[in-house]
Order: sequence, then structure tokens, then C-alpha cells
Amino acid sequence: MFDPEAIERIEADVRAWEARELREFLARQPERRSAYRTGSGLPVARVYTPADVAGTRFDDIGLPGRYPYTRGPYPTMYRGRLWTMRQIAGYGTGSDTNQRFRYLIGQGQTGLSVDFDLPTLMGYDSDDPRALGEVGREGVAVDTLDDVEALFDDIDLERISVSMTINPTAWILLAMYVALAEARGYDLDRLSGTCQTDILKEYVAQKEWMFPIRPSLRLVRDMIVFCARRMARYNPINISGYHISEAGATSVQEVAFTMANAIAYVEEVRRAGVAVDDFMPRLAFYFVAQQDFFEEVAKFRAARRVWAKLARERFGAARPESMRLRFHCQTAAMTLTKAQPLNNIVRTALQALSAVLGGAQSLHTNGLDEAYAIPSELAMKVALRTQQIIADETRVTDVVDPLGGSYYVESLTNRIEAEVFAILGKVDALGGTVKAIEDGWFQREIADSAYAHARRKASGEQPVVGVNTFVEPAGADAPEIHRVAPETEARQVARVREARARRDGATVAALLDRLAREAADPGVNLMPVTIELVKARATLGEIAARLRRVWGTYVETPVF
Amino acid sequence: MTPDPIRVLVAKVGLDGHDRGAKVVARCLRDAGMDVVYTGLHRTPEEVVAAAIQEDVDVLGVSLLSGAHLTLIPKIVELMREAGAGDMLLIVGGVIPDEDVPALRALGAADVLLQDSPPETIVHRVRELVAARQPR
Repeated sequence: MFDPEAIERIEADVRAWEARELREFLARQPERRSAYRTGSGLPVARVYTPADVAGTRFDDIGLPGRYPYTRGPYPTMYRGRLWTMRQIAGYGTGSDTNQRFRYLIGQGQTGLSVDFDLPTLMGYDSDDPRALGEVGREGVAVDTLDDVEALFDDIDLERISVSMTINPTAWILLAMYVALAEARGYDLDRLSGTCQTDILKEYVAQKEWMFPIRPSLRLVRDMIVFCARRMARYNPINISGYHISEAGATSVQEVAFTMANAIAYVEEVRRAGVAVDDFMPRLAFYFVAQQDFFEEVAKFRAARRVWAKLARERFGAARPESMRLRFHCQTAAMTLTKAQPLNNIVRTALQALSAVLGGAQSLHTNGLDEAYAIPSELAMKVALRTQQIIADETRVTDVVDPLGGSYYVESLTNRIEAEVFAILGKVDALGGTVKAIEDGWFQREIADSAYAHARRKASGEQPVVGVNTFVEPAGADAPEIHRVAPETEARQVARVREARARRDGATVAALLDRLAREAADPGVNLMPVTIELVKARATLGEIAARLRRVWGTYVETPVF
Repeated sequence: MTPDPIRVLVAKVGLDGHDRGAKVVARCLRDAGMDVVYTGLHRTPEEVVAAAIQEDVDVLGVSLLSGAHLTLIPKIVELMREAGAGDMLLIVGGVIPDEDVPALRALGAADVLLQDSPPETIVHRVRELVAARQPR
């Protein structure tokens, strides 16, 4: 970007400054640390100049809405449309969560995001013995289509986009969503939303699974193919780094491992004979906004550039939509503390700002009570207001990629990109993503980073205000927390039993047999039969159980 | 003579998938010289107690971040009692509201170590509790 003579002059200036001003100053006042590093452990220089980005071509930074999309997926970014403010919610029964949705919409939220309880995520009905104590606790309980109807009661799904945080049972929830849309007479091509669906990161990070890896990947393929044909505006998958980070990975590993998973999905769908440009435009991503402010901004920029290059160079995509990475972002729950919980509002605000400066399309800000329980109504309101303040008061939305051109941010973006490609090279050398998961490689890498982080926190090298520095006596400012209503489980158990009693059992049984037959043939798409099943009021647990009989279950090899 | 190392089973019970803390704790205890076994995720109370007895551990550490502790811990305590594992120490960790801690202690948990407990504190507590226990 700069002519070589100018760079030489700058380098000479830097040397002269180091010899004079810097040296004299350091003699009087040494720096606070002997070395500085990013949250991912990348070295950080004292100051950055054009010499640090001398090798960067302007084309690699480029312009927003143009390859390689470093500066954003769209030309006008937030000047045209703000990010979607999408607070996740879910607890109790469908109608309980429906109340929270309406409250959030009333407070100015612009997208919905559903959190499901553990039995729903793992494929157990609410009356299964394994569900005991978990029903409606960490999210909403869904057993049948009736629950999804209650969940979205009186909410116009053609007007608001809905994200569903669900993975092992994602295809069943997508089937329920389609069945609900058809019952209400919606045009499927007009529904916008996202299903998380990213099963590969479950095996390495979030740890919710049912089946072995390969049949699980086939279900993901079935969803992507179904949506490519039937739901023009729906994202069938949200390829997620968030959980990889929360499980302990560094930001560099987060992007690299997410991209490794994305590569596996693209290859899987391509093997089914679908052209990349027919489905890649609907692949969406999901990253965390961690603590290291500039590293996070650089991370989002680097992720877009890596994806653009992978799409074009590795997969031969031709459509710009296949190359431009769009992502949802969530602030980092792991950084929130139980001690002095009001501080969490500040942490979340700073993390949210990095997401906005990094060009997120959608954002969830965590509640101040994250370290206590699922969020209270007040905690969610403050978190939403945080986004609204960034959007409407700070003016950071007025310029696209305002940190672009910062010598530091550009240099860090380059460095992260290079690190990510190096890790992807390693994954290829290990035999690809699925093989690396089977060998526990990602799992060990994440456990190592988590352990290193715990040691840094214990030693005070990683300060945590209120925990290892500026500590106060406990308990004074504990927030009012969300409590699960004690009768929730009984209410939901009664609901699923009534639904089973009301339906035509013979139809369900015949459809379950068909599901088992089709599952045994890897060439068949399982979406159509699943849609019929949920319409007939088969339960989520019955569908999952039937496939467990065909495919077996995933057994983890624990590493620590 | 070096005493036998303390034996610990670190367990994840129920559908909860949060294993970051459990794995870090397992590694810290191992680094402190203890014999540590980790169950892996999604174990039932029955599986956890059977493994603790099979491994003849001094300490059973159960990690829960899902909020189901008041359902699952009583079950584990009951199974430990039935199996005659009365001298095995039960330590509970994870995300647990402060007001539930007395209930868990009353059930028989030797201690409840919440999130943000530094590794050294956990190692120290395990040693202290094992030392205070009646010799086997």
C-alpha cells in the first residue's frame, strides 16, 4: 500500500525514535510488563506503523460488500440497516417463553432466538426418566408440534426472523417450524431465520449429541439441501465458534476450528451433488465477542477474509453471496463473574462494541446475572438497552469498518488470517475435520487452552476485576434471579401425555417405521418424513429414539 | 514413606454438557499429585456412583452447571448410602445459587466449590477434607 521508499523512511524514523525518545523514557519509567500478548497469545508490539502493513495489498482490505469482504458483507453496513438485536430466551413451556418473546419485542428487540431445555436438545421427551429435573430449566421444553405452536402464538413469522439454538435434534425442530408455517399458510420462501444445526462443534465443544458423527453429518446435509430447495431466505445452519471459545479455545482457534467445521459441511453437501453456489449463500456463522477488544475486531475481519478465500479458492464458488460471511455474535458468558455482578454490564457493553466495530449482523448481549442462572427480565432489558445505546447514541454505526486502516488492526487481521490458514493446513494433514474429531485433536487443543487460561487467572496474569483483583466481601449485590416455577415439569409432562393420547397412534407407528427404513439408506433426505411425523404429533423423543436404534449413539472418549 | 496418593473421581451427571471446569479441575488435581479419573459427560447417578466404588476413590467430585443439582445430588447421596460408601467424600462444584448451598451440605456434601474457585483452593480443600476424614 505504501511505496518502498516511504517504508524505508518510516523504518529509519522508528529506529531513531527507539534510540532516543523511547530509550530515555524507558530508563525513567519501565513498562508494566516485560512482554505484551493478545488474548490468543499473539505478540503485541508497542506501536504500529505503516511498516507493519507494508506487505498488505489494499485489495486484501478492500471495500465493504466486495471480495474479500474484510470490511463487511454489505456496502453500507449499519448506515443501511442496524444489526438484528436478538436476545436469546427460553424457559418453561412454549407459552411461558412466548410471554418473554412478547416482552422483548415490546422493548424493541428486532429478532427472536429460542433456547431449548436440555432434554429437547438431546432428544428426550419431558416424561423420559433422563429429563428429570431438567424440563424447562435452561430453555423451553418442546415435545410436539403443539409446543412450537404455543411458542410462536400470535407472532408473525413472516415479519420477524427466528433463530433456534438447537443441534442434535435440529432437523426435528426445523420440521416443526415448517409444519407450523404450512398450517398458518405462510410462504416458506419468505421465512427468514436460522437453525444452529452445527453438530460438529458439539463433539468438540458444547457436548450435546445423540448419534455418531457420520449419520449426524448426514442430517445436517439433509437440512441444508432441503432449505436450498424450499426455503430461499432461511439459514439452515449457524456454524459456531462461540461454544468453541466458551469451552476454552483462543480466538484464533475459535475461527480456525469453525472454518474446519464449515469445510466439512461444504464437502458433505457437495458430495450429495448440490453445486456450492446453490447452498453456500445460506451458510451463516456465529462467533463470540471476547475480552481482547482489538483482537476481536481483527478476528471478525479476518474470519470474513478467510471465508471469502476458502469459498473462491478451495470450493470454486462464483456467486459473491457464497463468499461473504455473515455472522451472529454473542458476548462472552465465560467472562462474566458472580462477584460484583453489575460489572458484567460494563464487560458486556465493551464486548458488544467490538462486535459492532467488527461488523456483526446480529447480536445477543448477555445478562448481568449470567453467572447465577438464566437471565431475569430486568437483566435482559439492560442487555438489550446496551445494544440500543451503542446503536443510537455512540455514532459508531455511521462509518463502515471505522477501524480499517489502523496499522495495529490491519496487522493483527493479517496475523490471525495466517494463523487460521496454518491450523487449517494442520487439520488437512491430520486427515480432515471428522478424523481430527474422532482422534480427539480439537478436544485436546481446547482443553489445553482452557487449562492455560485457568492458570493465568489463578496466577493473576489474567486479571479479573472482583475475582482476583479489586476483590470485595461476597454477596452484597447479588441480583434477583430467575427461578424455575416448580410445577413446570408436571405441566409439560401432562401436555406430552395428552398429545400422545389424542393422536392417531397407527399413523405415527407407520411413519416411524418409514423413518427407520429411510435412515438406513444414506441417499434419502429425511426432512420430508420428519415433517409428516411431527404433523402426526410424533414426539421429538420418539423420533430420536427410533433413529438411535438405527444408528446407535455417540460415545465420547473423555480427555482432560 | 510417601502416603498413597488421594484418589478422585471427577464426574459429570445428567444432560449438562459444560465440561470446561470439570476438566480443568481434573487436571489441577492430577498436577497436584492425585490419582484422577474423569467419567466423561452425561452419566447417570447410578453410573457415577458405580464408577466411584469401582475406582475406590477418596473423593467423588460432581460438576453441575445445568441447575438440576437439587434433583441429581440427592439421588447420588442415596445411591452412595445404599452402596455403603459412607466414608467417600462428596464435593459438588459448578454454577449453584448461594441459597442452595446449605441444602447440599445438609444432604451430606463435604463441600460445595462454586465457579471462580481458584485451582489452589480446590486442591487445598480436597487435601484438607481427606486428612480430616477418619482413616480407612
